[in-house]
Amino acid sequence: MPSTPRIDYLLHLADTNLILSHRNSEWCGHGPILEQDIALTNIALDLLGQARLFYQHAAQALNATAGTDTQTEDSLAYWRNEREFRNHLISEQPNGHWGQTILRQFLFSAYQHPLYTWLSASEDRELAAIAAKSLKETTYHLRWSKEWVIRLGDGTEESRAKMVDAVEQLWTYTAELTDAFLPEHAPMMQTVANQWQQTVEDVFQQATLPIPANAYMQRGGLTGIHTEHLGFLLAEMQYLQRSHPGATW
Amino acid sequence: MLTSSTIQQWLSELTDPEIPVLTLYDLGIIRDIVVHDSGVEVIITPTYNGCPAMDMIASQIRLCLAEHGIQQVRITHALSPAWTTDWMTESGKEKLREYGIAAPEKRFSEPMDGVPCPHCGSEHTRLLSAFGSTACKALYQCQDCKEPFDYFKCH
Repeated sequence: MPSTPRIDYLLHLADTNLILSHRNSEWCGHGPILEQDIALTNIALDLLGQARLFYQHAAQALNATAGTDTQTEDSLAYWRNEREFRNHLISEQPNGHWGQTILRQFLFSAYQHPLYTWLSASEDRELAAIAAKSLKETTYHLRWSKEWVIRLGDGTEESRAKMVDAVEQLWTYTAELTDAFLPEHAPMMQTVANQWQQTVEDVFQQATLPIPANAYMQRGGLTGIHTEHLGFLLAEMQYLQRSHPGATW
Repeated sequence: MLTSSTIQQWLSELTDPEIPVLTLYDLGIIRDIVVHDSGVEVIITPTYNGCPAMDMIASQIRLCLAEHGIQQVRITHALSPAWTTDWMTESGKEKLREYGIAAPEKRFSEPMDGVPCPHCGSEHTRLLSAFGSTACKALYQCQDCKEPFDYFKCH
């Protein structure tokens, strides 16, 4: 699959949305109460819709580069292997308890919001349109997850203990969120990082949660080096298309 | 001769699969119709990116045009400018209320208590969840008539 750095970046955006969407969708039918089950499923659906748009855009660019029409959103989602996926490590982490899923969504949305704000002004007009459209949805995700982090962190002794545990589990994957995928993204990603930091500090303070100091940071997702969890996720997600290629509803 | 206004008239009867009281025009989903020599292009815009109704809406449009003998149809998705509830028609908002769904209002762009109850009109209402039965709605309950209801979010 002949690619370019720009196409790899589109795949990175698509992969992260797809994998996080898949993780969130695992809660479907298992949420603590019906309303929150629906909320998380809605968020999963938004992320899937965004992933599809990025995949379609990437497929078009790949086909144009290769002069073929072999790539589609489905081929990119179902027929690439673990090492080809460029998603952030945080998106593939297991759901854990409810508080851990909430915190993962919050840490991610706090990054995705400033990211989409920046990408809305991209010179790639299709990318800019996807980002501007998706920003509206991410605003809901950030607001919802933020409220839950505050409620659980500043809640009962048990909910707080679970949130502190969740912070310990996930913090190590946060630095990678604002790494620049391409060298020329570095200045803008610094702005995204600053805004992420500000949002997280503000919410953690309200939630009475400690921000870990000098934590070791895991990296690798952007170059296809993943945690052990992604392979299992892909095995489940890709099984049907690989066993019955081209199957449709 | 086939014109876009004739086609618009045909398509004006199509309704949203999830909220059948609203036409696609009430929602602002159909953005444009272009008659080419080679066929008809209908430009639609998704409400929410993941909205599962979009595929069904596209097939409804194809079916409707096929019934009028037009086979060559291209459905184009336009993302920009992004869909907004500002495009919903006034009559659409009225139909929503009659159907039991609170219509989008600028003063309730953020999810908060007080969205007028579509059943009794009371503003003594409570937000139950910012996410509802479809991506475009939030869940409320009226504190006076006690009925739960959906609010079509301002987007």
